[in-house]
Amino acid sequence: MAEFIDLVLLAMLAITALRVIFLKDLFAVVMLFGIYSFLSALIFVSLDAVDVAFTEASVGAGISTVLMLGTLALTGRKEKKNENASILPLLVVGVTGAALIYGTLDMPPFGHPDNPIHEHVAPRYIEESPKEVGLPNMVTSVLASYRGFDTLGETVVVFSAMIGVLALLGVVRREESAPESGLQSHRVLHVVAKLIIPLIILFALYVQFHGDFGPGGGFQAGVIAAAAFILYALVFGLPMAFAVVEPKFLEKMAAFGVLLYASVGVYSMLKGGHFLDYNQLAADPVAGQHYGIIIIELGVGITVFAVMLSIFYAFGSQAERSNVQ
Amino acid sequence: MLEQNLAALPIILPLIAAPIIIILGRSSLAWAFATFVSGLACLVAWELLASVLSNGVLSYAVGGWSAPWGIELRIDAANAFVLLVVASVSTLVLIYSKQSIEKEIDPSRHTLFYTAHLLCLAGLSGILITGDAFNLFVFLEISSLATYTLVSLASDRRCLTAAFRYLVMGTIGATFILIGVGMLYMKTGTLNMLDLAQRIHLYDSSRTINTGLAFIMVGVSIKLALFPLHMWLPPAYTHAPSAVSAFLASTATKVAVYVMIRFIFTIFGADHVFNEMSMGAILMVLAVVAVFKGSYMAAVQSNVKSVLAHSSVAQIGYMILGVSLFSAAGLMAGLIHIFNHALMKGALFMAVGAVFYRMGSVDIKAFRGLGKQMPFTMAAFTIAGLSIIGVPLTVGFVSKWYLVVAALEQNHWIIAALVLAGSLLAVVYIGRILEAAYFNEPEEGQKTVKEVSWLMLAPMWILVLANIYFGVDTSLTTDAAQRASEMLFQNSQEINALMESLHGTEVSVAQEVSP
Amino acid sequence: MNFIFDYYNYWIVVFLMMAGFYIVISAGNLVKKVVGLSIFQTSVFMLYISMGKVSGGTAPIVAEGVTQYSNPLPHVLILTAIVVGVATTAVGLSLIVRIKRAYGTVEENEFEDKDDAI
Repeated sequence: MAEFIDLVLLAMLAITALRVIFLKDLFAVVMLFGIYSFLSALIFVSLDAVDVAFTEASVGAGISTVLMLGTLALTGRKEKKNENASILPLLVVGVTGAALIYGTLDMPPFGHPDNPIHEHVAPRYIEESPKEVGLPNMVTSVLASYRGFDTLGETVVVFSAMIGVLALLGVVRREESAPESGLQSHRVLHVVAKLIIPLIILFALYVQFHGDFGPGGGFQAGVIAAAAFILYALVFGLPMAFAVVEPKFLEKMAAFGVLLYASVGVYSMLKGGHFLDYNQLAADPVAGQHYGIIIIELGVGITVFAVMLSIFYAFGSQAERSNVQ
Repeated sequence: MLEQNLAALPIILPLIAAPIIIILGRSSLAWAFATFVSGLACLVAWELLASVLSNGVLSYAVGGWSAPWGIELRIDAANAFVLLVVASVSTLVLIYSKQSIEKEIDPSRHTLFYTAHLLCLAGLSGILITGDAFNLFVFLEISSLATYTLVSLASDRRCLTAAFRYLVMGTIGATFILIGVGMLYMKTGTLNMLDLAQRIHLYDSSRTINTGLAFIMVGVSIKLALFPLHMWLPPAYTHAPSAVSAFLASTATKVAVYVMIRFIFTIFGADHVFNEMSMGAILMVLAVVAVFKGSYMAAVQSNVKSVLAHSSVAQIGYMILGVSLFSAAGLMAGLIHIFNHALMKGALFMAVGAVFYRMGSVDIKAFRGLGKQMPFTMAAFTIAGLSIIGVPLTVGFVSKWYLVVAALEQNHWIIAALVLAGSLLAVVYIGRILEAAYFNEPEEGQKTVKEVSWLMLAPMWILVLANIYFGVDTSLTTDAAQRASEMLFQNSQEINALMESLHGTEVSVAQEVSP
Repeated sequence: MNFIFDYYNYWIVVFLMMAGFYIVISAGNLVKKVVGLSIFQTSVFMLYISMGKVSGGTAPIVAEGVTQYSNPLPHVLILTAIVVGVATTAVGLSLIVRIKRAYGTVEENEFEDKDDAI
């Protein structure tokens, strides 16, 4: 049964991908991309990767689609017909695809429990991490502790993206209170938004702190919290959103999140261990692991929230400036 | 505490400094702080090289978890050498940037420039010293994103399309590397580089592993701009701000060359790559074409930065040529050229940046008569240019010498001849610019300009003098490069020994090897 | 038949990867290129997650009565990769917005001062 669901989802993905190749209406393309992302989140669930599905749904189907739509609002929704379509891309793709298929021929078979990756390195994560790190969610243990350096790198990648977007676009402020760009006439939306936004923020906090016990953690929580504020900005207008959360403040917040994460590492060094060695943070190593993980996840959540909202501000304020429909 | 954690500092210092700059906010402070941190990183790199040359490989378990369960930083002669290049060029470029970016980058973006520069430094350092294949991908993306940002900071709108093309090609390259690493992981179960080296050959020439190798090689080739995947480089280096071009031309592609070397020698084993997969021949052919295509294109450009950019494609060809010779001498030549090219190109781009600062243009016409008006800048350009050609007493000569010797050692007479022919082309493209500067009169109505200030001249001349110093006294660089090359070949020998001990055994499914 | 069962997952994922890759290299519109890039990357993630699945296993969160877990390591790697992907997308899209403002178009074959020939 599981294989059947898998197969159906994969088939739908293939159809979506093929359709994207031939569509000229970019709005439809972006929507199909959102669908693609969502379907892949479903596949991740079917493949037992719940944390990943959560992240893909919020980050891929959520943020990516929003940013693409924001770009389309500024660049136009039709793709021009390609006059000189050449055969070269097809050849390159053909060769690459053939090489990949060749490479799959002696891959470890799908799903078999005695594949190499289940025999080496992973067994310790599965058997020992509940004792060494003390968390039920093994993915969080590996992400935040064993491979915490990767996660620091990832947080810095997110921070770099904010630097890039700010360098390219900047957040456009208006001196006078701009003509209300919120959805003035939609009273229903105003009321419903006011009801939903606090719930979204509450959910974000839940995801942030419950990530040790179930799917969740800093990244997903940051994105969900940002989504709450993006909703606010969409319904009540960007100037109101700027009044609630200042763009400049967000920049510093993002920087603060990265520093929070890195400072845990530095503190571990000062206590005599290596960088990011949480065992040093408390007398009992497992308690130290817990402290370390909570703080760094907080750093991650803060940075991701600030960066995602910042990027939305940057894109959103461009539209106001050029006054596109 | 410092001694124990020295290995992690090259990454931690710029990584922490970047967000601090955002919090500090003001750009004058930003410059001073960034330069200071970069200088510290340079000192640490120096310490590490000295330590590794006397004590051997340095291993550092991040998070206290030992490899392969945790991420390991692993410093040996090869990456310590390149790290020193990266950190020193970064510091010199930062000193140079303060004035240079006044004319090239919008003032509101100066703080972001310094932040992005430090992020790039952190990313490049991370790529160099990590011992974990996936961690390498993460730091690769940090440095890449910072690079795209840096390139796009210029005022000329062509930097935007250049940055975008760079982004698309770079991301394809990184994704190919990710696919390759995934295939390796699938067959071995580990991501740690040394562990991979041990476990890759448990299988007798597995298709998955070979495909993984191919994808990694293609991905890295995009990043190091090996012909024919070099198309992103000329526009990016031409239209980026001069300080950015100086930094990137000296570091970004070199780090990618290091990654290729690391994968070939330490992880897969040179024999496997060169003999079983015939990569040597492919790389050699591509490298030679790169040398000629790059040199030829450089000779026909009217924009001087474009000349230097195409010249970089050619120089990368020389480096890969050295690697493809599959000998300790060839590898050493390639490694030496990594160091030397940074000195040459860094100085050249800085000189061109100084011309832009005064003249507002980098077309070859703008160089006319500058020999008299900007004597120090043009003298720097001349010496560095002679170095690119390969005139004795400069580091360029040292690189060419070792490359030719290594080629002759293998009886590749044709290759040696081609290397010398490449130098002749370099005479053309450098010569045109020198001719304009020294033998042509300034155009009608062209403004008379003065020399640039010491803040821009000093870093330029430090690099130029280093060109001469290391060209005369080659002991430091050749020693380090030789040690690195020998160590890399030794890594390969160890893999060979492992393969021999396994070749007799029946290999059906992987047996658990003790962690 | 068993062979197909063991590998169909990988083959379909390879097809998806190539679809995304094709969009990147053949599209003339820059926004579509970025969409293709995202599709390409998401398909690579599926490759990684497929290799982590254990038949009969469940999500790697300790729970009562569960004996077999799917492998947590690929999940960690892909969590990182997803975020890296969206960061790249964000910067790419920002570049497109600036290009539109500077050139007036985001179709690749309409840029007049196309850079140095290769």
